[in-house]
Amino acid sequence: MDLLYKLFLDPFVQMGAAPDLLVQTLWEGLVSGVLYALIALGFVLIYKASGVFNFAQGIMVVFAALTLVGLHELGVPAFIALVLTLGVMLALAYGVERTMLRPLVNQPEIILFMATFGLTSFLIGFGEFVFGGEPKVMIADELYLPGGAIDFRILGGLVSFQKIDIAAAVIASLMVAGLAVIFQYTRIGRALRAVADSHKAALSVGISLEQIWVVVWFAAGIVALATGIMWGARSNVSFALEIVALKALPVLVLGGFTSIPGAIVGGIIIGVSEKLGEFYWGPLLGSGIESWLAYVIALIFLLFRPQGLFGEQIIERV
Amino acid sequence: MFYRETGQFKTSYAAEAAVFPILQDRIGIAIVLAGVFFVVPLTFSDFWISAVLIPILVYSLAAIGLNVLTGYAGQVSLGSGGFMGVGAYACYKLTTIFPGVNIIVLIVASGFAAAAFGALFGLPSLRIKGFYLAVATLAAQFFLSWCFVRVPWLYNYNVSGAIEVPTRTILGVAVTGPNATPTTRYLVVLAIVVAMTWAASNVVRGRIGRMWMAVRDMDIAAELIGIRLFRTKLLAFAVSSFYCGVAGAMMVFLWFGAAEADSFNIDLSFRILFMVIIGGLGSLIGAFFGAVLISGLPIVLRSVPDALGVPLRAATVEHIQFMVVGALIIFFLAVEPAGLARLWQIGKQKLRVWPFPY
Repeated sequence: MDLLYKLFLDPFVQMGAAPDLLVQTLWEGLVSGVLYALIALGFVLIYKASGVFNFAQGIMVVFAALTLVGLHELGVPAFIALVLTLGVMLALAYGVERTMLRPLVNQPEIILFMATFGLTSFLIGFGEFVFGGEPKVMIADELYLPGGAIDFRILGGLVSFQKIDIAAAVIASLMVAGLAVIFQYTRIGRALRAVADSHKAALSVGISLEQIWVVVWFAAGIVALATGIMWGARSNVSFALEIVALKALPVLVLGGFTSIPGAIVGGIIIGVSEKLGEFYWGPLLGSGIESWLAYVIALIFLLFRPQGLFGEQIIERV
Repeated sequence: MFYRETGQFKTSYAAEAAVFPILQDRIGIAIVLAGVFFVVPLTFSDFWISAVLIPILVYSLAAIGLNVLTGYAGQVSLGSGGFMGVGAYACYKLTTIFPGVNIIVLIVASGFAAAAFGALFGLPSLRIKGFYLAVATLAAQFFLSWCFVRVPWLYNYNVSGAIEVPTRTILGVAVTGPNATPTTRYLVVLAIVVAMTWAASNVVRGRIGRMWMAVRDMDIAAELIGIRLFRTKLLAFAVSSFYCGVAGAMMVFLWFGAAEADSFNIDLSFRILFMVIIGGLGSLIGAFFGAVLISGLPIVLRSVPDALGVPLRAATVEHIQFMVVGALIIFFLAVEPAGLARLWQIGKQKLRVWPFPY
């Protein structure tokens, strides 16, 4: 009885008693959710267009951020470094298309999935080899990203919002809006959607798969760079972020592998529930439940909707 | 010329269904077994045995376990590291509770604990398929890792949070613990791996294995021909986790000597999945090839700069190693997506028709 009370009532009593804490927790959850969502977004782009379950997306985030900071450390001005990093991501997209996607065309999904593992390992080694393995500080000031915090007096308490978090949320929404416009109204966007629907049909109307793949991987690279900057500004840039990047997987499952709005909504659901769970239920179970809560939430969702919230209906025929 | 089955007539069903129906294969396996059981312990150095051979054998068993699930039953799992951990911690608890029981019995028994957890976390597979299932099994992986840290009962309320392997003897010879020689540990691991591989080869060739393969190829069709999906999938999860659990127990008791929760993290799961894929899905010998490649490659790469006389910092060597492993994985997948086992098959076929091209 006591346990039931602690499990089902006490957390809500706490929420009611200190609404400012609740708002702060929700905000933290929202922000980490946006970052998860950004990783998931790059993933969805690639999955939609090339059917590759790109495990390397998390590493691409770190790699992009590391390249940016590393170039700046070498004495390149911040904005030129930004442009150069974009160039590196484009080169990466070309390289992936030439060495990985082309030889592995038509292979089962799991083989491609494994190949992205190889890519992950390669990028970790390459990034550390070139720029060194020690954690780095993101060049937030040089890129004119806002620092500091804004405090709000609401609900009888003080809630503080980091400016960088607000910037992250704004940039994320801009990026999603931009992608939506590109997908909906441009020639290349139409081609992308066609490829996502059917590779064969797209080929037969003259869409070059190779070109599309480069474009998508480059787009995912840009998303990765943006994510990396935001994330790096909150903590350091290092490959330790890899384990956090794995959180994008439950986000994807929740939203569905093929849905961009799904990635965003899923990210926010996971981020918020993770922080709420850790803050209000965590002490009950022993802390650190953040490490698996996201996966269990995703698992429970999956039991009811095996294709995710916004995924395409899975239809099986014999 | 020498490797062909011409003239080898089978006179009974038992002979027809033998694991190695061809005489040359039987001779080959006998030579290999004699080599690994007698020649290796006498000729290899302790470093080779404890740093190369024991890891390869332990990983092979885990890869066989995952191969049963992913290669034969078609269920992708990223939880094998967690199940190995269950085996290790179960074995540790069993040695504490039953100090007098033979350690090999306990190692095998701890596989059953892992099997129970495997079946439990296999339940979602009835509704979830493909990559969605892979992510679902990540829940198992992270939940179990968390348990290994947060449930002090599992490590006997140790301050360090690590499990230390106690010394256990069989017939007066130390098998586990700090006093066991690498050769003894190697022979124990080898015996368990050989026995369990033989068991697995019989399971996957038999009715159960065929049920798994039918489910893998198309589960709805399998259901229509009268295979009960519920039982079949859960059995695959249980058997797979059993193998992983035994491998995990051996990993701690006969290889590491001590372990903490971090030994069974997500990287381990991924490494085993690698071995299965590189080795070849749905092939037992592939599991061995994969283990040799993935766990042997880093050791070889580490010794290359020394051998060439190029002075490199340890960190640089590690970075290059990451790059090379990554590139090799992509290379192997591009050359032969069906894995090393397929290359082995092609080689055997070439040998069979030699000296003619076909």
